[in-house]
Amino acid sequence: MAKAKETVSRTLVVAAVLSIFFSVVVSTAAVVLRPAQVKNQNLDIKTNILSAAGLLPQGASAAEIEELFGEFEVRLVDLNTGEYVEPSVVNVQDPMKYDMYKAASDPSMSTNIPSSEDKAGIKRRPNVAKIYTMSENGEVTRVVLPIHGYGLWSTLYGFISLEGDLNTIEGLGFYAHAETPGLGGEVDNPRWKQQWVGKEVYDGERAEPQVRLVKGGVSADAADREHKVDALSGATLTSRGVEQLVNYWMSERGFAPYLQKLREGEV
Amino acid sequence: MADASAKQVLFEPIFSNNPIALQILGICSALAVTTSMNVTLVMCAAVIAVTAFANLAVSLVRTQIPGSIRIIVQMTIIASLVIVVDQVLKAYAYEISKQLSVFVGLIITNCIVMGRAEGFAMKNGPYLSFLDGIGNGLGYSVLLLFVAFFRELLGAGSLFGISLMPVVNEGGWYVPNGMMLLPPSAFFIIGLAIWALRVWKPDQIEEADYKMSRQTAKEAF
Repeated sequence: MAKAKETVSRTLVVAAVLSIFFSVVVSTAAVVLRPAQVKNQNLDIKTNILSAAGLLPQGASAAEIEELFGEFEVRLVDLNTGEYVEPSVVNVQDPMKYDMYKAASDPSMSTNIPSSEDKAGIKRRPNVAKIYTMSENGEVTRVVLPIHGYGLWSTLYGFISLEGDLNTIEGLGFYAHAETPGLGGEVDNPRWKQQWVGKEVYDGERAEPQVRLVKGGVSADAADREHKVDALSGATLTSRGVEQLVNYWMSERGFAPYLQKLREGEV
Repeated sequence: MADASAKQVLFEPIFSNNPIALQILGICSALAVTTSMNVTLVMCAAVIAVTAFANLAVSLVRTQIPGSIRIIVQMTIIASLVIVVDQVLKAYAYEISKQLSVFVGLIITNCIVMGRAEGFAMKNGPYLSFLDGIGNGLGYSVLLLFVAFFRELLGAGSLFGISLMPVVNEGGWYVPNGMMLLPPSAFFIIGLAIWALRVWKPDQIEEADYKMSRQTAKEAF
């Protein structure tokens, strides 16, 4: 018996049978569970967008999230011209399917950022961004824009939500990062995020975004307090990263051309 | 080993022969997934499922496996089970599977799973092997939950995400110990746990590998 087990042909047969059996098991699991996984991923993205916009009630169910998200319109914006583009430009049918972070690594769909301008530390920027707008009677009342950039250890991915004046911040949140838990990781702290609400990105006279993260808190009579947010304590580099990335994405290199056109009613 | 009773096989690994505390296996995931109880609990369930079913499967085919490829066969079985577990988590526990990220996949390389398949399931019947898998999974879980308990309580002031000691950042009084959220703290806690276990069960104390002999020659006087 022990001898018969060790022949070459037997070894091959056992290996083949085993491989086929487990391939079937693994592929069945993958195929059967696929729909549930895709649903989860989509729900996750929608949850992040709603939470950045400050629209997510505590413990919202999947159906509620779908319904709230339904009020948003998904749009693709060419960052250079600031105009909307058709989904076919980026080879997708449904704008929701476009992945701007994947596009950022495709040379034909992205631009290199010169290091002198690369404040967010992201090296490449996709040409087309996916944004979410909410309108009432043809007027845009809310815009949610994707932002990302380097903190201390990791790239932070998040969203910033602006009110209808395209200047006042309504919410900001990061859904993926690997900053130090308890220090930089506090970017997830709801109390800290709450500070962003009502801050203004631009100053009337100056076109450059003015967001600053400052040490020691923002007192009620501080100059430019409408642009200032208290930095995270013990996380100078993460705070600096957040400041830089918000300013980068709100600048001429980011969404400023689009916001300008939207303000003037050109798009 | 062959005449071990079901009860022994199931409960011995929890304290008497704990895979982490006595055999010092599976330490890597013990550092990575123990920052919160919720995540740890799911990881433990995943490991128990994989060890139990890997043992069962290996034991069922043990008489058919040619010795020359037995490790690869065990690896295939374990890897397939881990992929299935990963897929299930992504479908039904998405939030937690996001936090566990790569560590579910790394169960494949968890020495406990492989060790039990090779060390126990290859020599014992399916029923005992299955119980042995559950037992070792439980042994792993007990230690991980112990570590996670202290890390989450002292690091974030909460347990299972429920705040017990309101932290300063949220307007409470507790200044969280940030180091507890970083991997090194798990080493300290595991070390202390092993110490405590060996005080309780002195037979687990190993013989010293090397003892310095007394100095006999008088040299420097």
